[in-house]
Amino acid sequence: MAVCAHCGAEVGVASTGGAEFCCRGCRAAYSLVRGMGLDQYYRRRSIDPTQRPLRPDDEAGPVDYSAQVHPSDDGIVGLHLMVEGMHCAACVWLIESILARQPGVIEARLNMTTRRLVVRWRDGETNANAVLAPVIAIGYRLQPYDPARLGRESERVEKELLRAMAVAGFAAGNVMLFSVSIWAGQSGSMDWVTRSLFHWISALIALPAVVYCIRPFARSAFSALRAGRSNMDVPITIGVTLASAMSLWETMRGGPHAYFDAAISLLFFLLIGRYLDSRARGRARSSAEHLLALGAVTVTVLDGDGTRRLLPPEQVQLGMTVLVATGERIGADGTVTDGQSEIDTSLITGETVPAPVEPGATVFAGTLNLSGPLKLEVTAVGESTLLAEIVRMMEVAEQGRARYVAIADRVARYYAPVVHLMGLVTFLGWEIFTDTPWQVALLYAVSVLIITCPCALALAVPVVQVVASGRWLRRGILAKSATAQERLASVDWVVFDKTGTLTEGRPELQAGHWTQEDLRQAASIAAASKHPVARAVARAMPDVPVADDVREVAGCGLAYGDIRLGSRQWLGLPDDPAEASGPELFLARPGHPAVRFGFRDPLRADAKDVVALLKHKGYRLTLLSGDRRSVVETIAGDLGIDDWQAGCKPADKCARLAALAGAGHKVLMIGDGLNDAPALASAHVSMSPSSAVDISQTVADVVFQGHLLSPVIEALAVARKAGALVRQNFALALGYNLLTIPLAIAGQVTPLIAAISMSTSSVIVISNALRLSRGRLW
Amino acid sequence: MTNLLMLIPVALVLGALGLVGFLWALRSGQFEDLDGAANRILFDYDELEQKTDDNEKQHP
Repeated sequence: MAVCAHCGAEVGVASTGGAEFCCRGCRAAYSLVRGMGLDQYYRRRSIDPTQRPLRPDDEAGPVDYSAQVHPSDDGIVGLHLMVEGMHCAACVWLIESILARQPGVIEARLNMTTRRLVVRWRDGETNANAVLAPVIAIGYRLQPYDPARLGRESERVEKELLRAMAVAGFAAGNVMLFSVSIWAGQSGSMDWVTRSLFHWISALIALPAVVYCIRPFARSAFSALRAGRSNMDVPITIGVTLASAMSLWETMRGGPHAYFDAAISLLFFLLIGRYLDSRARGRARSSAEHLLALGAVTVTVLDGDGTRRLLPPEQVQLGMTVLVATGERIGADGTVTDGQSEIDTSLITGETVPAPVEPGATVFAGTLNLSGPLKLEVTAVGESTLLAEIVRMMEVAEQGRARYVAIADRVARYYAPVVHLMGLVTFLGWEIFTDTPWQVALLYAVSVLIITCPCALALAVPVVQVVASGRWLRRGILAKSATAQERLASVDWVVFDKTGTLTEGRPELQAGHWTQEDLRQAASIAAASKHPVARAVARAMPDVPVADDVREVAGCGLAYGDIRLGSRQWLGLPDDPAEASGPELFLARPGHPAVRFGFRDPLRADAKDVVALLKHKGYRLTLLSGDRRSVVETIAGDLGIDDWQAGCKPADKCARLAALAGAGHKVLMIGDGLNDAPALASAHVSMSPSSAVDISQTVADVVFQGHLLSPVIEALAVARKAGALVRQNFALALGYNLLTIPLAIAGQVTPLIAAISMSTSSVIVISNALRLSRGRLW
Repeated sequence: MTNLLMLIPVALVLGALGLVGFLWALRSGQFEDLDGAANRILFDYDELEQKTDDNEKQHP
C-alpha cells in the first residue's frame, strides 16, 4: 500500500490528495515545504508512531495568536509556544528553517527536550499569525503558553542544584587529593607541618564550598524545624556543619581529625541524588503540562455585527452568542438557539449514546458537538458552570485526603532525635566516666554525628524513585506527584471508570444482520461524515470510494440520493427494545428492508488480561460508571468484575470511595472523565489515561499514555518493587550505621574510616536501586 | 616539598578552570536542551545564515 509522502499514513484508494498523498492538506503541505527548498526534511526524518501524525488539521480553524505576543522594548516582540506533532530532530530543523525564512523574524529556537518554541520578530514588519501560518499549514499544532507560569520555579531549583553539584564535585575531588596523601602519610612518612599545610588547603577549598552547597538542605531543614517537624535534612545539615566546624578547629590546633573530605563528598553524593530526583520529576511534570496546554480550547464568539472572535473560555461573558462547529468541543454552558445536532456527553456523564439537541436544549462545557453546527447563548460563566461545580467538589475531596507523609520523612522523624541523643550521650559518657578533656569528648560526640549522617539514608528513597520513574517514563507513565509511587505500592483495591478507561471511548461496528454489500454502501456514504458512529462504519471498510454529494441532515443522518443512513426516528422505524443497546445506524434503500448496524464501545485490547492479572495478584476490583445499567452489566460480566455500579453521579463515586477508605482500604482510582475528577481527587492515589479531559489529568497522580491498559500493571508492579527496594535500602543504611556507631562512640573513628564507610554505604544503596531498571516484574 | 608548592596551585587552578567553564556553560543555557544539542550538529544551516545576514544588512 502506498504511503503518504507528507504524513506517512497509508493512502486510501479514494484519497482526495491523489495517489501520493492521503489528503488535500498533505499535498498542499508537501508543496509548501518543497517550495521553500526544504524537502530534504523528508529524507532525514524518522516518524515516531507515538506522536500525532504530521497532518494539517482542516477542522481546527484559524487561531489568533496575536493576543499572546509578549511586547518588549526596541520593537522586538516574541511568542512562546508548545509544539505538538514533533517526531524527531528533522522537525526541529524544519520548523526553525521555515520560521527563519519569514521576513522580519530574528530568532526561532525550538527546544527538542521540552518541545517549546521561542520566536522573536520585529514588530510592525510582520505579525504573529503570518509568521506561524506556514508551520501550522504543514501540520504542527502550536499552543501559546506563559513562560512565567510554566515550570519556572522547578527550573530555577534544578539549576541551583546543578550549580551546587558542580561546586561540590570540584571541591570533593580536590580535597580528596589532599586527604589521600594524608592517609598515605599516616604511617609516619609525613611530618605534622606538611599535614597541617594540607589541612589548611583542604579547609580553604572545602569551607566555602560547604557554605555554598549546604543551602538547599539547610533551607529545607529550617523550614521543617520552624513548622515543628523534622526531616532528613535536619541531621544532614547538623552533621555537615559540625564536621566542618570541628575539622577547622582541629586544623587550627594541628590535630589529626579533619573531616573536610567526608563533609564535602557527602554533600556531593546527596546533591547528585537531589538533582536526578528533581530532573526525573520535572520531566514527567513538563510532559503532563504539555498534554494539558494542548488540550486547552478556545471559544468562537459571534458579535452583534456578525464578526467572529476567538476567546479563551474564561473571557466569555453571560449572554454572548457562541458558535460551535461540527466535531468541536463545547467551551461554555449554554442554551441552543439555532441548529440541530447530537452531543457526546461521555466525558461528563459516561453515557456512550449521543444525546440529540435542538433549539432550547441545555448543553454543558466539555461535551462534544457531533453532527451539526450550533449557536449557543451562554447561560452560565465562571463559578456557576457545571465544570466549576465539579472543580469545587474536587477541591473538597482533595482537602479530605489526609496529608500523606513520605516514608523518608517518617523514618527521619525517629532517626534525627535518636542520633542527636546518641551524640549527647557519647559526650556526657566520656565526660562523666573518664577523665578525658572536654575537647576530646566533644570530638567523639561529633564523630558520632558525622558517622550517622544519613547519606545512604537520604539517598535510599530518591535513587529508587529516579530509577522507577525512568522505567515508567519509558512505558509512557508520568508520575506527577512525588509520593505517587509510595502510595501506589500500598494499594489493595482498584476502582475503574468504564468509558474511556476500560473501553476505548469510541464506538466500533458490531457483527449483525448485514452483508458485505450493505456495509460497502454504508461505508461509502459514511466516509463523508465526521460523526463518530459514521467514522466507525467507514473504519470497518476503509477502501471504498467516498460517495459524492452526500447530504448531512443534522441530528438525523446522511442522505445520498434515495439512500439514507441514519437514526431510527429519522427513518421512521418502530422502536425495538430488544435491539436498543448502544448506538445504532440504519441503512434504508428503496425496495429493501432497512438494515441495522449496531455499535458498541469496545474494551481496550488488553483490558481482560489486565483485570485477570490484577485479580490474580490479589487486588479487589470495582467498576463505577455513569453509563446505563445494561451496558455496565455486560462489560463487568465480560471482564469478570463482580462489584459494579451503574448510573453513578460524581458524588456517588466519591461516596463509594469514602466508604472504602473508611473500611481501611487503600484505593487506586482510574478514570478519565469530568465526572471522575472528584473521585480521582478523593482516592488514595489516582491514574488517568492521557486521552482524559484536562481536569482529570490535573488531579490524577499518574498519567499514562497509549491505547492499552497495561501501564496500570506496570505502574503497580514497579511501585511495589520500588517500595520493597526502599525498605531494603533503609535496612542496609541502618545496618551500616549499627556497625559503625559503636566505633564512633568508642572514639575509634578516624577520617579514613568515616570516608570509607560513607562512600561504600552510598554505593551499596545505589547499586541496590539499579536492580529495578530492567527485568520482568510480574 | 618545593614540587608540592608548584603542583598544588597548578592542580587547583586547572580544577577551578573546569568549574568556571561548567558554570559558564550552565549560565549560557547549554544544558537546557541536551537532546536538541546532540542533533543540531547534523543540521544544515548554511542557507539560513545567509538569510539572517540579509536581514541584518537591511536593519543595521
